[in-house]
Amino acid sequence: MSTGTERKAPALRPKANLRLRFNRDRSLVFMALPAVILLAVFAYLPMLGNVVAFQDYSPYVGIPDSPWVGMDNFARVLADPDFWLAVKNTLVITAFQLVFFFPIPIALAMLLNSLVNPRLRAAIQAVVYLPHFFSWVLVVSVFQQIFGGAGLLNQSLRANGWQAVDIMTNPDTFLFLLTSQAVWKDAGWGIIVFLAALSAIDPAQYEAAAVDGAGRWKRMWHVTLPGLRSVIVLLLILRLGDSLTVGFEQMILQRDAVGAEASEVLDTFVYYTGVQNGDWSYAAAAGLIKGLVSLALILTANKVAHIFGESGVYSK
Amino acid sequence: MSTLTNKAPTRASAAKPPRQPRTKPERPIWDEEPGAAAKAGKIVVLAVVVLAVLGPLYTIVLTSISSQATITQAGGLVLVPGEISFAAYQQILSGGVVTRAVLVSVGVTATGTALSMVVSILCAYGLSRPGSFAHTPILFTLLITMFFSAGIIPAYLLVSGLGLINTYWALILPSCISVFNIIILRGFFMGIDRGILDSARIDGASEWRTLTQIVLPMSKAVTAVIALFYGVGYWNAFFNAILYINDSSMNPLQVVLRSYVLQGVSVPGQVDVGTGAAAGPALQMAVIVLAMIPILIVYPFVQKHFTKGVMIGAVKG
Repeated sequence: MSTGTERKAPALRPKANLRLRFNRDRSLVFMALPAVILLAVFAYLPMLGNVVAFQDYSPYVGIPDSPWVGMDNFARVLADPDFWLAVKNTLVITAFQLVFFFPIPIALAMLLNSLVNPRLRAAIQAVVYLPHFFSWVLVVSVFQQIFGGAGLLNQSLRANGWQAVDIMTNPDTFLFLLTSQAVWKDAGWGIIVFLAALSAIDPAQYEAAAVDGAGRWKRMWHVTLPGLRSVIVLLLILRLGDSLTVGFEQMILQRDAVGAEASEVLDTFVYYTGVQNGDWSYAAAAGLIKGLVSLALILTANKVAHIFGESGVYSK
Repeated sequence: MSTLTNKAPTRASAAKPPRQPRTKPERPIWDEEPGAAAKAGKIVVLAVVVLAVLGPLYTIVLTSISSQATITQAGGLVLVPGEISFAAYQQILSGGVVTRAVLVSVGVTATGTALSMVVSILCAYGLSRPGSFAHTPILFTLLITMFFSAGIIPAYLLVSGLGLINTYWALILPSCISVFNIIILRGFFMGIDRGILDSARIDGASEWRTLTQIVLPMSKAVTAVIALFYGVGYWNAFFNAILYINDSSMNPLQVVLRSYVLQGVSVPGQVDVGTGAAAGPALQMAVIVLAMIPILIVYPFVQKHFTKGVMIGAVKG
């Protein structure tokens, strides 16, 4: 049954000619069509809209009649210190969260997995997944109520005669605040993939290791962590590919409180210069740079994973 | 004929229900009992984690239902239940900005989720048979958007070009489909025993009928999870609203929550304290609670399906 295509188990006869196959699969194609149309309009059409990055676009004359300026906008963006501030902030935040956020779900998943009582485990899972489903507005609001100037923490500090601490509006500690919020919201949800990977590890491996005299920590090092390796690599790739995307809504929500200096990242730079200040072409150029670099990052990260023998996000 | 006899067995074996997660009703013999210190450490860490999630929610909910006197006595947020009062909720839900925002959010979430589910389920089923007509090109069309997104500016220009600024459609259509969710659904549909689908076809069922009467009833858990994902997405959407909606009377709840809690705008009714109205903190907390209530209601029912629904899609996708 070897045919032109290389798929291992073709569900349908691939040899049938196109017209026959179309007639046979017509309903399937029609079913996929609404989603394809929505993507064409709201994902692909905007990709073409990026031509404004090469124009001096004005909303009053539209894309066809706006003058073309070649790479001018890109040159301006790359010479703009504010753009580089946004780049710096973005990369610092990504690096910081890679160290102080990324390992938490792994540790938490291993801790949960070591619980013997399945009902206790399920209950804790249910609790820690919950904040993932709250909006950023809600998460920042909750932090405001607990750590803000009139929040629970300062309220009890003052009641005991201590000095109130400034957490929510302090640009110097914003990086920590940002990361704590991200941890509170998403670290619990992050464990779901690791738990699944842990449950796929064959218990016989632990038993064999134990019989050979490996203690608790040795088993963790030689059985558990290798079992998690491919998932860790996969998530690391996704995170690296997303390096230039950090806490967009978080930044917008807290920009007034901590100032642009600490909270300007690439996405907010694009938003404020474009939509707020009306410098459309300039912002589109910055956005396009971000999109292309992100694409390059994820392809590179995936390539590196392949070199190290991991399957990565996509294969081949 | 050859399609059936050749493919049915391989398909059937590939589509076996996934292995049950390992359950450990009790500690296996080879595993030594952890020491007292290790046990205590675990308990402390887990207690801190659980408390960090539930503590803030507890005090916010409690403050929202506390009377003015209790809040004044506590000095802001209430930790110990005192006098209970629902004045804050009565006040914000008896018309006005918050009430309207709740209605907007409910409407957008309900309409959006319904539309998203229909489009996504159809697409996922349409793509659930590798080798079907145009299967690979369509799949690639979807996947590419996960790697490259056009950016904020062109998206805004498009929505504005379509005349959707200041319409509720701007809150629905641009975020209507999530490729990730489609891939999860597709992964689940692909895992359904091919024999069942083939026998339906032999009995003369069309694809539509197979989908609605056989596939969907078998996929309740995964569709519930995906509906939750979409619903939460619409309910929580904030940036789309500030980007596409300039008319403040059309603001969804998240935007209103931001203006009251983070931007310090007074919740209506907050000023006339003398008239026995609810206290400012209670009103703020009540808006926060409103923003999380739908999630707290739906979450427990869907939560138990997460691992199953999410993981199958991720593994097969």
